[in-house]
Amino acid sequence: MPSVPDLRRDFPALLQQVNGRPLAYLDNAATAQKPRAVIDAIVGFYERDNSNVHRGLHALSMRATHAYEGARERVARFIGAADPTEVVFTRGTTESINLVARGLAATLKPGDVILATEMEHHSNLLPWQQAAHRSGAELRLVPVTGADAEGGLDQAALDALLTPAVKIFTFTHGSNTLGTVNPAAELCARARAVGAVTVLDAAQTAGHGAFDVRGLGADFTAFSGHKMCGPTGIGVLHGRREQLDQLEPDETGGGMVAQAGFTESRWKPAPERHEAGTPHVAGAIGLAAACDYLEAAGREAIAAHDAALARLAFDRLAELPGIRLLGPRGPRGGLVSFAFADVHAHDVVTLADEDGIALRGGHHCNQPLMRKLGLASTARASFYLYNTEEEVERMVASLRRVLKFFGAT
Amino acid sequence: MSGELTELYQQVILDHNKRPRNRGRLPTATRVAHGDNPTCGDQCSVYVRLEGDRIAEISFDGVGCAISQASASLMTTQVKGKTAAEVKGLYDAFHHIVTTGEAPAEISDLAAFAGVHAFPARIKCATLGWHAVRNALSGDAVPATTETHAD
Repeated sequence: MPSVPDLRRDFPALLQQVNGRPLAYLDNAATAQKPRAVIDAIVGFYERDNSNVHRGLHALSMRATHAYEGARERVARFIGAADPTEVVFTRGTTESINLVARGLAATLKPGDVILATEMEHHSNLLPWQQAAHRSGAELRLVPVTGADAEGGLDQAALDALLTPAVKIFTFTHGSNTLGTVNPAAELCARARAVGAVTVLDAAQTAGHGAFDVRGLGADFTAFSGHKMCGPTGIGVLHGRREQLDQLEPDETGGGMVAQAGFTESRWKPAPERHEAGTPHVAGAIGLAAACDYLEAAGREAIAAHDAALARLAFDRLAELPGIRLLGPRGPRGGLVSFAFADVHAHDVVTLADEDGIALRGGHHCNQPLMRKLGLASTARASFYLYNTEEEVERMVASLRRVLKFFGAT
Repeated sequence: MSGELTELYQQVILDHNKRPRNRGRLPTATRVAHGDNPTCGDQCSVYVRLEGDRIAEISFDGVGCAISQASASLMTTQVKGKTAAEVKGLYDAFHHIVTTGEAPAEISDLAAFAGVHAFPARIKCATLGWHAVRNALSGDAVPATTETHAD
């Protein structure tokens, strides 16, 4: 990985002061900042090649189509897909999961089980609640263990829950609230053994380290561009080809139809069958530029960097009085979520912002889990390739001031 | 600590946050309303015992940030003995204070919340308890949620 000071110069948004202090952007699990290369790719498309794709025969349309399909190939290589046609562009993780959940709901019947986990983000929970309501299937959840969910998924419960009645097993690769990283390849293999279709929410992991969809082995994998230095409004649904071709399209319209008649129509194969309407061409091109950027920076190195910062933050935060740290005590993804006994997360975040430190406070779209843990909200620091140890130390110093201010020390 | 932050976290607010008044469930309550802020998970329940059309007793409980908890606490001290119409008048004044930062001299305690106006994301925190009490008084069975209010 290039040196962090060098990397930081690539991100215009990082070079600013907030409340008179250099910005320490520690909200990367929500969205990452964008390198100049990504911004330039988007601007370049609009300045030179802007046109609709797959429709025109003129020069700009051909350039736009070439760039859009080139982006699909780039993303396919980035995630180790067997073929670019396995990459469907969506608005993001949420749309990807909804697309799969609505499509698969049509294959479910009463008595079937959809298995998810208690650590799912709302976007990988609510679509399955809907699928269960629509189909009469039952939604069951693998519990988390430990008072602070430090034990991860309950393996014994998973054994008992993973029966042949399970038609779909969906789970998050990396928890956005706990920092837990689930053993995705092993879980997919166990689900496959009972004949379940597997869906992987990779929103927190796809851009944070080596990521190989064939090695992980999920039938469907969903992630967002904006959490991996790409633009907002673009994401990916990866599916094994036969799965994507069987899945009924969620939206119909232009671009996805092979033969349209006045009363009946036939769909194209994947990926087009799942991309009705004019796609987010500039977004796909921006995402491809993000893939280039992250690969050049070194994906293994990014993972190691994030994990080291999270470890440092965890250890330093543990020294603060009255703090409760969520998630694994051992290896974790690049984020730390915490709560104080006497100071609410919103007050923490407001005061940290005063020191130029961007944290997240709230339930992190994880309300049922927070309720189970007896929490209304936590503060969260999440790291990426451009963050530094100094920023971790600034955060801890700021939190000490917060505790002092509220008389909690 | 910047000027804006000391304005936000006035001593009165810190005090009510640390030592909330009228906190807990009121066993004799004749009206109860629950308010929540779905964006951040803050919750506030308000218990009211009416005598005629006046608030004879009031309490609140819930979880939330210092602004929401202190505001609910202070609210309970301000509305005791008041009618629904008078509570509406106080709420309007309070709403004006937290959205504009302008505090009329006659409402000294509520003026502590004038600093909230510089932090638009926190206005919902400050008004949560007020929404709940107004729902309790109107006998509205629907939980107050900040998402359905303009602020």
